[in-house]
Amino acid sequence: MSKIKNAFTNGKAFIAFITCGDPDLETTKEAVIAAVNGGADLIELGIPFSDPTAEGPVIQGANLRALSGGVTTDKIFDFVVDLRKSVSVPMVFMTYANVVFSYGSEEFIKRCNEIGMDGLILPDLPFEEKEEFEEVCNKYDVDLVSLIAPTSEKRISMIAKEAKGFIYVVSSLGVTGTRSSITTDLDSIVKLIRESSDVPCAIGFGISTPEQASKYSKIADGVIVGSAIIKLLEKHGKDAPKYVEEYVHSMKAAM
Amino acid sequence: MSNSRGRFGVHGGQYIPETLMNAVIELEEAYNHYKDDPEFNRELTELLNEYAGRPSRLYYAEKMTKDLGGAKIYLKREDLNHTGAHKINNVLGQALLAKKMGKTRLIAETGAGQHGVATATAAALMGMECVVFMGEEDTKRQALNVYKMRLLGAEVIPVTTGTATLKDAVSEAMREWTSRIDDTHYCLGSVMGPHPFPTIVRDFQAVISKEIKEQMLEKEGRLPDTVIACVGGGSNAIGTFYNFIEDESVQLIGCEAAGRGIDTFETAATINTGRLGIFHGMKSYFCQDKYGQIAPVYSISAGLDYPGIGPEHAYLHDIHRAEYVAITDDEAVNAFEYLSRTEGIIPAIESSHALAHAMKIAPTMDKDKIIVVTISGRGDKDCAAIARYRGEIIEE
Repeated sequence: MSKIKNAFTNGKAFIAFITCGDPDLETTKEAVIAAVNGGADLIELGIPFSDPTAEGPVIQGANLRALSGGVTTDKIFDFVVDLRKSVSVPMVFMTYANVVFSYGSEEFIKRCNEIGMDGLILPDLPFEEKEEFEEVCNKYDVDLVSLIAPTSEKRISMIAKEAKGFIYVVSSLGVTGTRSSITTDLDSIVKLIRESSDVPCAIGFGISTPEQASKYSKIADGVIVGSAIIKLLEKHGKDAPKYVEEYVHSMKAAM
Repeated sequence: MSNSRGRFGVHGGQYIPETLMNAVIELEEAYNHYKDDPEFNRELTELLNEYAGRPSRLYYAEKMTKDLGGAKIYLKREDLNHTGAHKINNVLGQALLAKKMGKTRLIAETGAGQHGVATATAAALMGMECVVFMGEEDTKRQALNVYKMRLLGAEVIPVTTGTATLKDAVSEAMREWTSRIDDTHYCLGSVMGPHPFPTIVRDFQAVISKEIKEQMLEKEGRLPDTVIACVGGGSNAIGTFYNFIEDESVQLIGCEAAGRGIDTFETAATINTGRLGIFHGMKSYFCQDKYGQIAPVYSISAGLDYPGIGPEHAYLHDIHRAEYVAITDDEAVNAFEYLSRTEGIIPAIESSHALAHAMKIAPTMDKDKIIVVTISGRGDKDCAAIARYRGEIIEE
């Protein structure tokens, strides 16, 4: 049983996404600690990719800033070793299939296990393609997180049945980024998931305000926030951590 | 990989966000339904013949042949198609399919602008809305095509992310498709992306080799010895190769863009410099660094300036059925000028990569050998850029 489950034992889970190396790894470390102090139950660490096709402009910008700052997969692995000395909440990597594949899937996932990463999210890896990665993830006890989208419809039960760690429920069509309103019938989607799985569900894409956090944490077991946190890093740079802590606190308090 | 669909050896597959999965499944089902439907095929053939001007000519380049002094050279004149390139073959097929599926809006990526112009054309003809994503760098290199697309009623969105070229246009078109699926078909322009695109685009482009075969049998009573085409994503090349894959006597050669050379970073030669990866929905070869970051590739040709190659080409390379060579900017520009002077045909700078290789190998081959070079498009769009390459500024 992976540690990810622990993230859902402290009321509804607040999941914070932070891109490693934006603007540098020292700031990422401070921002992660700040998010945890603010009440984050699970941390998604983004490994930047040159062409993040599932991201909106905000997270694309974070990827670019991080890469131009010289961050690499190996530097991020070393960084996590250091980060784990201060952070005990579950953590997962969020990156693109090529970053893992090109490193050598086995080597990458084995390393995740060694440094204390609990899961892996690959937004360009649908159910049909997961097997080659999942076999290795299972071997090293790293949860390969499944995503379910507003368009999944008849695929929901097939995906939910094999889900591990938590289920990432994509709130809206399109790419990541804050949204003023979400029109998807998330209630029905979560109910369908519940028929096939008791793995916790967290809703992400477009959530930024305490009102949204309150609303969607009633539907699911947690919410995922990325772009709103990245915007703080973009705006405040090295000074961002204290704003991140404040922000996460306001979100968690609303849930 | 038991659930994976659309594989060519290890290549291909469907590496896309869950949000798009039902869209590609729906597309595959529709395609499987219509590809053998007589009415669909009748309509498509009529569009290809009456509207696009097929079959395209297989022209014996006698002066070029005599000048090079070796193998006999034929040119497959895809440049004579309506809109000036092979791209229309695929676009008419996909637009007709999209229409049958009830879609009312086409989106597309474009590099040189030929696929964008073809998509805008088909959208105008079929009364569909059209949005084309084009790297901002390419909108500058190919300003005339941007104007044509707008003239045809399409919206052109300059893409400023990444290297602002073809790969970024593909990424942006994919992002757009995830946000609007119901009424929108992504009219992908090459044999790349997630299944079923590599198969659909190949089937619609296979008309090129079907015609070459028939025309060659009629003119020479036999198959060619070598067929050559340029390769970016690889749609005109797979179209040129496809009906010859089983004919083992026919040598298949794809010409990649070496840019300033495959020993430099300013190259787009995927097979020659890339390695296996996963990007833009497919497993194939990609130009990338050791951590899997996609390389900022370069070529003088906006249409070949792409860091990947279609999965079927990757497979043909793996099994040694096709050979992929790299042609530099310089060699392509020389070929561009050579064909213009020698045969009075101005080829696209993309197609000039294929010509450049024919110019290298024809003199080494016997006079009874036959080479077919696919001229994938016409070169009007490239004149200003080539003039600039030669240090001459022309005002249009």
